[in-house]
Amino acid sequence: MRKKSIALPASNAGLTNKVLAVYVKDLRLELRSRYGLNAIFMFGISSLTVISFSLGQAALSTKVLSALYWIVVLFSAMSAMAQVFVREEESGTAMALRLTTEPNAVYLGKLFFNLSLLVILVSVITPLFFIFTDAPVEGIVNFLLVMILGVLDLCAATTLIAAIIARASVKGALFAVLSFPILLPVLIVLVAATDKVWAGSSLAEVSKLLQFLLAYVVIMVTASLMLFKFVWED
Amino acid sequence: MLAIKVESLKKNFGERKVISSLNLEIRQGESVAITGPNGSGKTTLLKLLLALLRPSSGKVTYFDNDRVLSREELRHRISFVAPYLSLYDQLSAEENLQFFTAVRGRNITGKEIDSLLLRVGLEGRGMDLVSDYSTGMKQRLKYAVALSNKPDFLLIDEPSSGLDDSGKAMMTALIEEQRSGSIIIIATNEKEEYSLASQQCRLDQ
Repeated sequence: MRKKSIALPASNAGLTNKVLAVYVKDLRLELRSRYGLNAIFMFGISSLTVISFSLGQAALSTKVLSALYWIVVLFSAMSAMAQVFVREEESGTAMALRLTTEPNAVYLGKLFFNLSLLVILVSVITPLFFIFTDAPVEGIVNFLLVMILGVLDLCAATTLIAAIIARASVKGALFAVLSFPILLPVLIVLVAATDKVWAGSSLAEVSKLLQFLLAYVVIMVTASLMLFKFVWED
Repeated sequence: MLAIKVESLKKNFGERKVISSLNLEIRQGESVAITGPNGSGKTTLLKLLLALLRPSSGKVTYFDNDRVLSREELRHRISFVAPYLSLYDQLSAEENLQFFTAVRGRNITGKEIDSLLLRVGLEGRGMDLVSDYSTGMKQRLKYAVALSNKPDFLLIDEPSSGLDDSGKAMMTALIEEQRSGSIIIIATNEKEEYSLASQQCRLDQ
């Protein structure tokens, strides 16, 4: 089977080009296998359908709706994002990757790939969530800001956890165990911030929550860049 | 001039001692065949040399004109071929070559790709997905990927694994060609491959 070849970026030893090479490779593999995309859409759409049928026309508070929204996003994303390193280990390509490039290029390439998956997921799930539930569309700009920060937070946290569990024998259980304490604070804040913006709060009123979400992503990415070398090479 | 120094290298897996206090010096222009029966630690030694495994004690140092090479520098100068080293099945041979040179911070031209594929006998098959390749073709492609790095150190585990007669001839010619510019370390059980190296390092169980 012949596939059209897309030129990889020319590189001159820069980290950016190495990151881009890892990202383009993962994107290309995903577009050919659609493993991650199929998993997130199947999970996302089926959970939305279940919510829609079980709730019917019931009016729910914004607190319940925001919790449901982030549960759907989280569990849909988990099904694919954990696989980003597992696939490398299971297919035996991780060894070649370890031998050829620096750990940070691998981490950042995978982080951007996971980010792309999550952006695609929320781009599809969010409009459907508004259609299937009576989530308020007022304050949509504020909600988009919370959503963008939430996507960055989930992505930063799960990429490192995915690297940690990739070589374990009980990946699924370990992923859940490690994710729980790391994701719990950010999920609580995401649900609270979404509840507030859907209830009509202004940006100023949720600014503390947004600052927490922003700080979380900065801390997670910085910590991951410092720790990933040890996770990847040992 | 010293190129690789292995000092008091030990590797244990639990209670089992696989490598016991190995000392080895390899100089520029030399090549080494690591030999020994199954389970004697040939592959473990290669993985220790590649820093894919952490030694229980001892160390491996690579030099360039008496200067110690860092791990990052080494990544750009070392290549590895082994039956258990996998390439990306869902990428074509060309895409694999482009990827593995790009992540090393290098650029590869279409002409270089054609020349590498011709060198390993895969001309005309560069656009095929690796999943469509036979085991022997995959092994040939691993040699192409290894050569694309223009390595100073070339490590090969079971050089002829999966190769047919023409593949073995290609591999022999390629190693002999590389010996002039690279330090070659091969791990093998095949007696006819011992002659590919200038020295032998025999591991016993």
